[in-house]
Amino acid sequence: MSPAWGKDLLGLESLAAADIRLILDTAEPFKEISERAIKKVPVLRGKTIVNLFFEASTRTRISFEFAEKRLSADTVNVAASGSSVAKGETLVDTAKNLEAMRIDMVVIRHPSSGAARFLAERIESNVINAGDGKHEHPTQALLDLLTIRDHRPIEGAKVCIVGDVLHSRVARSDIWGLLKLGAEVAVCGPQSLLPMGIRDLGVQVFRRIEEAIAWADVLNVLRLQLERMEAGYIPSLREYYRVFGVTLERLECAPRELLILHPGPMNRGVEIDSRVADGPHSVILGQVTNGVAVRMAVLYLLAGGNPELAEAAKGGSER
Amino acid sequence: MKPIVIRGARVIDPSDALDAVADVVIQDGMIAAVGQGLGTPDGAEVLDAAGLVVAPGFVDLHVHLREPGREDVETIETGARAAVAGGFTSVCAMPNTDPVTDNQAAVGFILAQARRAGTARVYPIGAVSLGQKGEQLTEFGELMAAGAVAVSDDGRPVATAHLMRTALEYALTFGIPVIDHCEECSLSSGGAMHEGLTATRLGIKGIPRAAEDVIVARDIALAELTGGHVHLAHTSTAGAARMVRDAKARGVRVTAEVTPHHLALTDAACEGYNTHAKMNPPLREGHDVAALREALADGTIDCIATDHAPHHYDAKEAAFDDAPFGVVGLETALGVAITDLVESGTLGLPALIQRLATRPAQVAGLPAGTLRRGAAADVVVFAPAESWVVDPTLFYSKSRNTPFAGRTLRGRVRWTLVGGKVVHRSTDRSGKRGGGT
Repeated sequence: MSPAWGKDLLGLESLAAADIRLILDTAEPFKEISERAIKKVPVLRGKTIVNLFFEASTRTRISFEFAEKRLSADTVNVAASGSSVAKGETLVDTAKNLEAMRIDMVVIRHPSSGAARFLAERIESNVINAGDGKHEHPTQALLDLLTIRDHRPIEGAKVCIVGDVLHSRVARSDIWGLLKLGAEVAVCGPQSLLPMGIRDLGVQVFRRIEEAIAWADVLNVLRLQLERMEAGYIPSLREYYRVFGVTLERLECAPRELLILHPGPMNRGVEIDSRVADGPHSVILGQVTNGVAVRMAVLYLLAGGNPELAEAAKGGSER
Repeated sequence: MKPIVIRGARVIDPSDALDAVADVVIQDGMIAAVGQGLGTPDGAEVLDAAGLVVAPGFVDLHVHLREPGREDVETIETGARAAVAGGFTSVCAMPNTDPVTDNQAAVGFILAQARRAGTARVYPIGAVSLGQKGEQLTEFGELMAAGAVAVSDDGRPVATAHLMRTALEYALTFGIPVIDHCEECSLSSGGAMHEGLTATRLGIKGIPRAAEDVIVARDIALAELTGGHVHLAHTSTAGAARMVRDAKARGVRVTAEVTPHHLALTDAACEGYNTHAKMNPPLREGHDVAALREALADGTIDCIATDHAPHHYDAKEAAFDDAPFGVVGLETALGVAITDLVESGTLGLPALIQRLATRPAQVAGLPAGTLRRGAAADVVVFAPAESWVVDPTLFYSKSRNTPFAGRTLRGRVRWTLVGGKVVHRSTDRSGKRGGGT
């Protein structure tokens, strides 16, 4: 049986707070599996999962693959290059062909916003969005939430997302997840990298990083891609670091201890100072560890796993 | 040719300020008489039109018939057939075909295909620039002599201010409008819908209002400079309406059109990544729709044009970013206009017909939009209150890409006549069409 929110995980905008809490709570017992010598439980034994990546990805793809393998699913990885997609097959045809092979789940990463939903509406299998264009990246936001929750309550937390919000699916998923769980959310960056109407989502806007740091409990520092400079959104990476970089000097002025998150991969010396990334307030590697647990939870719940049995499942007693 | 008498309808002819119950007598392809209690000529077919409206056939200044080049999605024959099914007796075909309509032979081909089809009159629009490349002007004189009625690089804007200036100046010799698709591409590049909260939520790159407004401002300034006639295609923003109103008040020769979808829908229609709500310019917000309706009502915007843009099913069955821009409109225009403009109180029926027939004919200098004696008998007869549900599988167009599928509309064409010949009857697809209520 599918969870309450439906057969797929396409984004956090459409989830209720209770759904998000359920995923986070389910992830807790799965954290421990990755700490074992034998990192495997049989809860998805016999399930077939296709990881369909139309866009380059290292961390997210590997994280999903580990989650799937540690739950004993059979997995196939399809990358856009070198597949029928590169030969001009449409997304619909790719999906229908996969379905014809009787798969159970598809994890999709695609450069077009809405692609995961497009697929989900056309196939019976569970679809998990691993990032669609500039729309959502729900498992990233869930692992961000889990990481924050490891350190402090999310409700009432002041979280500022810093950087290229305009092009960021992580930012959108984070905003929905944080707001639903009762955090206060702000964004900070040059106006040219903030989307139109962002305030209407219930988000504050800071134009200066110093103000954001003075306000926040948590900073989520987004990756700034080199292409943004080439496309004229900002004059140079050097100036970006100077004006918006999260540096140790700036953090030292903060009135309280901040938690520093980054979805990776980092551009050291562009959006974040290495001394911050490697410093005591950084939970960036903790995010990566949590990513596997959160994805195990999502796979488990979509496969019809009973959240109350997740604790037992990790012992391998559930069939 | 058999005479026809249309009996007992409400006859609305904005060209003559006529709105009365009357008969219309058609002989030799022309309007012979309009009046009460007219006799029936020998051998005439009588169309009983009591309770219906008779009006000059509609004139669409903006359609894409896709032939030559994309005959898989529309041909001149199917497009012209869709036109008369929607009450349009004259349509102006945009030149962004493959090859581009930028020479007299291409104009002649369109006219020949339209003659062969024998339904709506098709008036070719020539390209402003060779290959629509935005570099060298086409030969307006030869295009006109072959039958073109205007010039446009539609699909894209006239590329530079200098080219627009010279096009407006050169067009003065021939008395034709330069029709511009107003889009500053450096602002719209990569965008797929209106820039606003919905686009932000969906993660779709937006096209700001300013992309249109910047070029509207440019074109108005150049029309003022040159004294040329610029016609603004498919206006979509409150700013465009405001600038046209201001320019007209100053006597600038600017005219403008608006599509039914921009008068009826907002960017909310893109929710769920609905590719049938993806068009260029994009659907805007509620206050733009209100401003466009007001501008259409007060005459700032001259006319309704459909921007009928057929696309293949497969092309629209794609992720939003990957789907092409455009929707079909010929067969839903009247229903949408009556449902969303007349019934909402924006326009009276005579004003609507003026904007669908009489005014667009004047803008392009076409012999249409009137029921005066001696005019070609291009006539539409429609049932203004008849409800019908939009079923794209019943379209005469080859393409089905409409944002209005499943909507209940009021106002349906009963008969369409071109040159005194009945070229469409609502019963033509009655078996499939599901009947009115």
